Amino acid sequence: MANALLSVRNLSVQFTTYGQTNPVLKGVSLDVPARSQIALVGESGSGKTVTMRAIMGLLRSPPAKVTGGEIFYDGRDLLTMPDRERLKLRGTAMSMVFQDPMSSLNPVFTIADQMGTILKYADRRLGRSRNGRERMARVHEVLGQVRMRDPERVARSYPIMLSGGMRQRVLIAMALLSEPRLLIADEPGTALDVTTQAQILKLLKDLVEERGLALLMITHNLGVVRETSNYVYVMNKGVVVEHRPTAELFEAPRDDYTKALIAAVPRLTGGTSFGKAGAAA
Amino acid sequence: MASETVPTAPPRRLSNAYQNWYRFSRNPTAVIGAAIVILAILAALLAPWITPYPEHVGAVVNFRARHLPPSAEYWFGTDNVGRDIFTRVIFGLRISLLLALVVLGIAIPVGTTLGLLAGYFGGWVEVVIMRLTDIALAIPPLVMALAVASVLSPDLINSMLAIAALWWTWHTRLIYSITRQLRTQEFVEAAETLGASKFHILFREILPNCVSALAVKTSLDAGFVILVGASLSFLGLGIQPPTPDLGTMVASGSAFLPDYWWESVLPGFAILIVALGFNLLGDGLRDLFDVQEVR
Amino acid sequence: MSAMLEIAGLTKLFPVRNGFGRKTGDVRAVDDVSFSIEKGKVYGLAGESGSGKSTIARMIMGLARPTGGDIRLDGHSIIGETGTRAYGRKVQMVFQNPGSSLNPRRTVGQSIAVPLAAHGTPAREHRQRIAELLEMVQLPADFALRYPHELSGGQKQRVAIARALAVAPQLLILDEPTSALDVSVQARVMDLLVDLGRQLGLTYLFISHDLSLMRNFADTVGVLYLGKIVETGATASVFEAPQHDYTRLLLASVPVISAEEEAMRPKIPLIDGEIPTAEQLIALRAAVSQRIEK
Repeated sequence: MANALLSVRNLSVQFTTYGQTNPVLKGVSLDVPARSQIALVGESGSGKTVTMRAIMGLLRSPPAKVTGGEIFYDGRDLLTMPDRERLKLRGTAMSMVFQDPMSSLNPVFTIADQMGTILKYADRRLGRSRNGRERMARVHEVLGQVRMRDPERVARSYPIMLSGGMRQRVLIAMALLSEPRLLIADEPGTALDVTTQAQILKLLKDLVEERGLALLMITHNLGVVRETSNYVYVMNKGVVVEHRPTAELFEAPRDDYTKALIAAVPRLTGGTSFGKAGAAA
Repeated sequence: MASETVPTAPPRRLSNAYQNWYRFSRNPTAVIGAAIVILAILAALLAPWITPYPEHVGAVVNFRARHLPPSAEYWFGTDNVGRDIFTRVIFGLRISLLLALVVLGIAIPVGTTLGLLAGYFGGWVEVVIMRLTDIALAIPPLVMALAVASVLSPDLINSMLAIAALWWTWHTRLIYSITRQLRTQEFVEAAETLGASKFHILFREILPNCVSALAVKTSLDAGFVILVGASLSFLGLGIQPPTPDLGTMVASGSAFLPDYWWESVLPGFAILIVALGFNLLGDGLRDLFDVQEVR
Repeated sequence: MSAMLEIAGLTKLFPVRNGFGRKTGDVRAVDDVSFSIEKGKVYGLAGESGSGKSTIARMIMGLARPTGGDIRLDGHSIIGETGTRAYGRKVQMVFQNPGSSLNPRRTVGQSIAVPLAAHGTPAREHRQRIAELLEMVQLPADFALRYPHELSGGQKQRVAIARALAVAPQLLILDEPTSALDVSVQARVMDLLVDLGRQLGLTYLFISHDLSLMRNFADTVGVLYLGKIVETGATASVFEAPQHDYTRLLLASVPVISAEEEAMRPKIPLIDGEIPTAEQLIALRAAVSQRIEK
């Protein structure tokens, strides 16, 4: 918690379904210092998404229940602060980039409408005031920041008029609207093609660096970890099994699970042999 | 490094039936609906044994006991010839439930089959079936029943047939839209490439995936059919006296409103409760299955 | 060695219609595609969405009708013959999403019984055959009684493979068979596919957007872009010395986990914008060749 912007301490969460209670997070701790690029990597069922939702306050209760731990943002515990205070932080101090660019935008409103509304509520929560024209100016500015060539045209568009990559960039722009200090990205670009995903990841990295943001990247893809982070937490079955600087992790993984995970990734250089005979050879 | 361990069976999860029961039992709407429906069916089946005056079903006349208000002796009071209304309401349930059973028994198989065919084959099959459906949907069932009754004789069988002749359309529409979605699903394509017959694909692959939607629809429909049947009887097109029928009872009792209110209000209340029971059950089932789809 | 599958000039046009239903033109989903697969080999078809790779698979399976060209299986043209049961015995497919390729309302055993029944295995032998097929994909026999939602993604995909193998096909089309799976599960499924391929002498058509996976599984690759094969050759040579700009772009986009892999990725400035159209690609080629000259 020392100087980290976001600090998760010993977080435990359990889920109750059909009267059965299962722990899904068993004492997870992680730190996101200001201006750092952190990755949280794990396979399905590792608890990375639950961790992310707990940080954003998106866990639905029931079935989820936080049974222990703290989540500090800027030294204040999010779990004990009043809901009103917490709402103020969400979307303003810390923002979320969602995974699915197809379902995260409302198809019946233009981009300008959707972004304008988000900005209006963010302003209201923070006690700022801006008129409609100022809001649109800000929307255009942010769309420009995500490298849209014609922000005015994009703002006038409905989601269906934009390609997957453009929509993903609109989602990033939405997250940037209120100048957050922390960006939480949930597998951005996984729903897109490789070439588009590469562009999105590069854009995110550039943005984070040039605007001095902290990035928490939630992903299952080790390649994405290596390209976007400098420190990584590896999760398995509700616990952090290893956390190291990213370069170190790939060079000399310590934990057995991490080793197996890295070994399972097929290499672009070849030499990953599948099958029993291959393993013997 | 190939792992040579044979993946073992996952820990035995809670059985499907138990999960469904768990969710169902925690849905008060569904439980109340199911209770009403089960009670109504039991009451109708056991009517001769559980009613106080089973002989009042027929043309019994007891002028000394006419127009008696509800009491410990006559729970729902008596009618204009002195028959116990509670007894007649319970027997009336038989007619209402029979009507629902017959109408849906005809409409579901017909509607489902047509919907499957239209949704799966498309092309002219779809055009013919769906346009036919549109035409049938444009005719109100009550008007159809009136027309049939005026041509043939006004009795229960004819009313049932008239309603059934139109009711299949709703099932056709429902199954058609589900089938259209399922047709392009990979498991249907997989069955095609594996050499399965059309019959197999329609009835073994697609139909089981329509069952939850059908169950919801059927339950909701049962309520509506009972209401339509009661309306027909009220208009004198359904079952003929002295056989007890809820709609007929409301109609004949309404002549004595407001003094002897129980003669029409209580049978009407019975219709309301039964229709409500089916609707609650249908809503409950929908909640149950929706959760399953999302999961 | 002879060719198991030969594709020659395969073309699929989808009509474009205006608001009144009048045909105004065609989209060339698959445009004059030719390739062949040797018996017992793995041919990888690499491409992104819209490249036409799934349409090609669907045409080979008989789920879509080609506009032009020829598909020859084991020396015989199968145009017009696809979809028949005799054909289904030779070619089978494993679909991308194990969640939707198994009927959620049927048990694993019932799903595997479909091809057995369709191809004339007597009902009394079904149990035995289902158990054998499950064993082949390294699943316990009691899985026959489970429903798909009781299985993990990897287990479902194993069931889908068992079902495809039920008719003892010679050619297996794998349409992104592991893209929905975790990486460690993917490795195990790939192990299984390689072992089965060796044991049963299967020929694979492997369709994927995952170049790292393709590098380690396919003997030969073809890179599909906008319905055309823009580059084809032995896997190692295509990956080490890509000739076409789109291949380079694809390779440059792959997220990798080691310095050696990074070194082999072509250094292409990722364009700020969308997946390039043919025009942009020509501009890109000009930019790259200018840089080389300098």
